[in-house]
Amino acid sequence: MQIELRDIRKTFGSVRANAGISLLIPPASIQGILGENGAGKSTLMKILSGFILPDSGDIIMDGSRVVIHSPADAIRRGVGMLHQDPLDFPPLKILDDFILGRRGAVFPDRRKAAREFRQLAAQFDFDLDSEAYVDTLTVGERQQLEILRLLWFGAGVLILDEPTTGISQPQKEKLFATLRKLADQGMTIIFVSHKLEDVELLCSRVAVFRQGELVGSAEPPYETKSLVRMMFSRDLAFTGRTSVPPGGPILSLRGVSLEALRLQIRDVSFEARAGEVIGLAGMEGSGQSVLLSACAGLAQPVSGRVRLGENDVTGLSYHAFMKRGVAYLPAARLEQGLVAGLSLADHFILSEGVGGIFIDRGRAQDLASDRIRTYNIKGAPSHQVESLSGGNQQRMLLALLKESLSLILLEHPTRGLDIESTLYIWSKLRERCAQGAAIVFISADLDEVLQYSDRVLVFFSGRVSPPLPAEGLSVEKLGGLIGGKGWDVLASAAVAHG
Amino acid sequence: MAKTRSSNALLQGAAIVLAVLLTTLVLLAAKAPPFAAYANIVLGAVGSWDVAANVLVSWVPLLLVTAGLLITFTAGLWNIGIEGQITLGAIFTTWMLRGLQASGLDPSLIISMSILAGMAGGALWALLAGALKTFGGVNEIFGGLGLNFVASALNLWLIFGPWKRPGVASMSGTVPFAPSLWLPTLTEQSRLSPSALVIALLAIVLVYLLLKGTYFGLRLKAVGKNPNSAYLLGVPTWQHMMISFALCGIFAGLAGAVQVTSVYHRLIPSISSGYGYLGLMVAMLAGFNAAVAAPVALFFAALNVGSIQLPIVLRQDSSLAGVLQGTLVLFVLLMQGVRERLAGKGLPQ
Repeated sequence: MQIELRDIRKTFGSVRANAGISLLIPPASIQGILGENGAGKSTLMKILSGFILPDSGDIIMDGSRVVIHSPADAIRRGVGMLHQDPLDFPPLKILDDFILGRRGAVFPDRRKAAREFRQLAAQFDFDLDSEAYVDTLTVGERQQLEILRLLWFGAGVLILDEPTTGISQPQKEKLFATLRKLADQGMTIIFVSHKLEDVELLCSRVAVFRQGELVGSAEPPYETKSLVRMMFSRDLAFTGRTSVPPGGPILSLRGVSLEALRLQIRDVSFEARAGEVIGLAGMEGSGQSVLLSACAGLAQPVSGRVRLGENDVTGLSYHAFMKRGVAYLPAARLEQGLVAGLSLADHFILSEGVGGIFIDRGRAQDLASDRIRTYNIKGAPSHQVESLSGGNQQRMLLALLKESLSLILLEHPTRGLDIESTLYIWSKLRERCAQGAAIVFISADLDEVLQYSDRVLVFFSGRVSPPLPAEGLSVEKLGGLIGGKGWDVLASAAVAHG
Repeated sequence: MAKTRSSNALLQGAAIVLAVLLTTLVLLAAKAPPFAAYANIVLGAVGSWDVAANVLVSWVPLLLVTAGLLITFTAGLWNIGIEGQITLGAIFTTWMLRGLQASGLDPSLIISMSILAGMAGGALWALLAGALKTFGGVNEIFGGLGLNFVASALNLWLIFGPWKRPGVASMSGTVPFAPSLWLPTLTEQSRLSPSALVIALLAIVLVYLLLKGTYFGLRLKAVGKNPNSAYLLGVPTWQHMMISFALCGIFAGLAGAVQVTSVYHRLIPSISSGYGYLGLMVAMLAGFNAAVAAPVALFFAALNVGSIQLPIVLRQDSSLAGVLQGTLVLFVLLMQGVRERLAGKGLPQ
């Protein structure tokens, strides 16, 4: 099936997720979609698979203009989407999961379905037992099941969202072989990924997205450098780094291994020294969040030691970390950081944790007004936090930080903020560094990572680089590492350094 | 702001009108004259000093459980197990009274100790539901529901087993205690105990202050609204949930103790009388606000007592009060949903 997208536009509030995307995908091809987080890939795929409607623009399938109202509508039209987290039913048997969602009579013909399931599975050499339960499958096998289901539903277009995350190398090879076979049979395949290697290996054409726009396309043979440049580079004036000379170690991880959903991090060691800023770079879900949680006591390592200063704090809770001067600022401001329904003043009372029984409202009011002024928050002590804008919520989180802190951990500290707020927040964080705190932060924005970090840890599918001095890194090199390129050089360099 | 205020009042008014309308339909369906029925309820609640006093008798336990439930609701918990907590309060009170009635101690001391035992019993049962939630991962609604059945089974076993009346066990409960062990009442015939009334009023005031003005209340509110954020802000989350369970259990146990010491003077099979579930409705109808809860509880108590006359006068079942109470809560909640819809929040996906 041939798919043509004409001038697709979609905005969420003030964010232009898709700013006029036009793309022609010929039948029997594997179209790669590359781009960093927030580039607009997912939005476009959600539009194509019926999860959201575009503000404007046309979808033309095999020459006729269509409007896709819902995912069910999409599958009727032959568009099937394989989500990053397979949309299956773990408590069901594979055959039931396979049948589910198929239109038909009241009683499904299980025998016929089972026969067709086996035929399909055999065709792609998938080893799936239709009587086993879905929750016994690996992620790779669940993908195989989803692919079979979508094919059985008559999909002519298959969209795959980051399908190689969390599956093994042999499973990946099998997946790629399957996709090539399907493309040869005339299927249109859209392969969304941030992994350069996978895209280069598999796709017959690649479209690169950046900030809601289609910024370029390429065909084999691919040149990695130019792909990286298209994905990441943008004109931005670098302000000079104003590093504080680092002091003693504040946080140190020794041989820390972590396990999270579909992700394993092995043997990470690094130190954050007083006054130092360490940036964690990588695509979302590559392991940064888990590692940052472990630095806060919010996730427990399966092995290795975590030390704060001289104290071994492995296995202690976040509250124990807090008492030792650690603060953690989550990315989901209203979900994890602030309490919707409580006022700004209430938050300051909570975070200060003053003793006594009755709240001294007058003092609380003064404290709140004082902090609101210092941190330039547009809101009053009596306002509820959810009424603040995103930027002001982030300022609020910073304002809640205690006076003396030794370690500040931040997840996406400036995501979704305007330039003014971003600069303001970093100026406040720098003040903390000057006072001797260490900062470890996650950002998807490479410029931010390069501009504010002293050292950078790069993450790729659970692999963690040794701390790299930010001075010696370029956007191209960092972008390559994030996409999985250049790790062999890194490893040999590490060996050379001893 | 003014506009939302007035539209809120309008919606609340609409909820009351709809509830009365639906109850009237039920009455018509039962071939009863609606106006006579309503008039009867009003007369049954405020027609004489006696019935008015009975309304207050009913108000006391309702106020106590509502006070407790406001604490658990603030912590974001649905303490359905409140019925069992009342029952355990009554059982512990009876246990203490039975143990001490022949001891020769001062009766007022015995009564005080029994009431304290009742509070401990309620707290114990509530902490059990809390522990199931915190350490066992059992939702407090399911845990509480299960514990309610266990509590009422335990109650029946005691009445028909170890604590049965000499000779033959009966649904009328255990042997009544000597009048000296009764909580003093207003008059000899009345069941209204001024001290119980004072305790109940103190309870609701205490809870009002606790939730409104203390650090503990604020932390509890944070836990209830968003446990994740509360934890990151340094609030020990599960500990606060456990404390709120214990406090609610204390109030529920107190309600059970009052029923034994001042109303029934013995343990009876249905000692909790559904006050726990009624308290859940009062708290919801009052919008989880302690100041509003007191008059709402009084109104519900009046409906309960007022409808007692219905079977005698109109040959209608006294459960009509329940119909009115239930529909009232439903429509008020429905109107809240409507309001949120109108405000553009909570639209279905």
